[in-house]
Amino acid sequence: MKELVIISGKGGTGKTSVVAAFAALSQDMVLCDADVDAADLHLIMDPVIKEEHDFTGGHTAIIDQEKCTQCGLCRELCRWDAISEDFVVDSIECEGCGVCYYFCPEKAIDFPENTCGQWFISETRFGPMVHARLGIAEENSGKLVTLVRQEAKKVAENQGKELIITDGPPGVGCPVIASIGGASAVLVVAEPTVAGKHDMERVVQLASHFRIPALLCVNKFDLNPSSTEAIEALAKAQGVELMGRVPFDPLFTKAMVQGKSVVEFDGKSSATLALNSVWGKVRDYLG
Amino acid sequence: MIISVASGKGGTGKTTVATNLAASVGQGVQFLDCDVEQPNANLFLNPEIEDSEIVTVPVPDVDEEKCTLCGKCAEICQFKAIVVIGETVLTFHELCHSCGGCVEVCPEKAISESSREIGLLERGHSNGIEFIYGSLRVGEAMSPPLIKKVRSLTDDGKITIIDAPPGTSCPVIAAMKGADYVLLVTEPTPFGLHDLKLAVGAVRILGIPHGLVINRSDIGNDEVKRYAQEENIPILMEIPFDRKIAESYSRGELLVEAMPEWKEKFLSLYEQIKQSIGAS
Repeated sequence: MKELVIISGKGGTGKTSVVAAFAALSQDMVLCDADVDAADLHLIMDPVIKEEHDFTGGHTAIIDQEKCTQCGLCRELCRWDAISEDFVVDSIECEGCGVCYYFCPEKAIDFPENTCGQWFISETRFGPMVHARLGIAEENSGKLVTLVRQEAKKVAENQGKELIITDGPPGVGCPVIASIGGASAVLVVAEPTVAGKHDMERVVQLASHFRIPALLCVNKFDLNPSSTEAIEALAKAQGVELMGRVPFDPLFTKAMVQGKSVVEFDGKSSATLALNSVWGKVRDYLG
Repeated sequence: MIISVASGKGGTGKTTVATNLAASVGQGVQFLDCDVEQPNANLFLNPEIEDSEIVTVPVPDVDEEKCTLCGKCAEICQFKAIVVIGETVLTFHELCHSCGGCVEVCPEKAISESSREIGLLERGHSNGIEFIYGSLRVGEAMSPPLIKKVRSLTDDGKITIIDAPPGTSCPVIAAMKGADYVLLVTEPTPFGLHDLKLAVGAVRILGIPHGLVINRSDIGNDEVKRYAQEENIPILMEIPFDRKIAESYSRGELLVEAMPEWKEKFLSLYEQIKQSIGAS
């Protein structure tokens, strides 16, 4: 079984639109939305939820005011300044380390596990999809990413699917690291801007740090053709294989408004033809 | 005064709005790029870097001579960063959240702390703007300690503009908490709206006054405007889609430099923010 993870480094380069197009072109895969922080793939895939599960991750300290003698030890030990002068825990600042809970001489601190999101197994018009919703301002997005990827693998095994296409998060931090570990390859969707180039370089370094083969597709390439060439040259020098270019096309937005992938919206558009060619190369690469 | 520029969805134009706002106000501005996973503001403001500092977090080191393998450190650690296996204690520094629990709990005082590099902090100036940014080491997972380090350099006497990372989880909260105003940048598409709602949820949890900039305002549909109206969120500025803007952005040019008529609009944006902070 192969897993292709679509990442970008920079946000808004078109990751999710590319994933939706690949889903429409493949029609024989499991979709996985690992951008749990701001998941958008469901807006195009319109998944019918078959299973819903709570995601628990981490703990938060709560001080029982009846038992608390205000000795101050917890405030002294807390490295997050999460406990106020009147001994109330700020749940946003609380890191869930449990140090206050462990050392409180009055056992006045409770340390319950948090429910910080939900994850789902769904059906879409292109096949099964595993996705999640992390609660707002919650932590542990990396753990939830790992979980949805594991579940996507199980679904693929159970249904005899050979390919998982995963929509990754932006950036290079915790959720991205969790989304690429063990993948067959990552496809970096870059845009030809100075920021796009900088961010592509960093995310390719990340992939190589974890020894994941990286592929590149430049989206909106015609907004700055010379920058596109510079990005491709830079990527090549970093050992990245080029999968092709996709033109800037307002159809992406029009398709999104209708809840469709650009491939379904207009099968003859230049963007669709370009994505078709990119998809062909990616499929050949994965073998 | 602290203005944090955030978005939920990535690539909506946070950095464009933050850098052009900073360049328009100019003198007296302190710019903090807290998108430490992918810091980009320097590419537009081109600061001269005067000072560079490695940022570290404390992690445990165990003195095997003193350790009796009692296992209390592994018991207190919530992050599986220290474990006892057979006759040795293993530490996993990249999993450590630096809470200091193991150091505190060790009855033999066998654990001390050394430092682990998580990224770089650079400071400089650009046309009268003080510029500070963090850059997370590639391969490092935890960005909040670096964001907090950048924020710890906030100068109360200045107009601080923060470029926040995308999303709505811990790194974003670290970049918004304690701000006087959050400027949310969105685009009028289903993805933009969906992620805007999440960002508004986060700002409301923090109880910070907020307003909206709609970028590429003439693409997509009217749902973002309808939502803003229903939720009473003021729309402070709209930037239409213009291939010229997109192309000058791609070259790393500031909008207010490529099209100077925008400077007045960004100054008016700043005045509106100032007024709503004063009013709240």
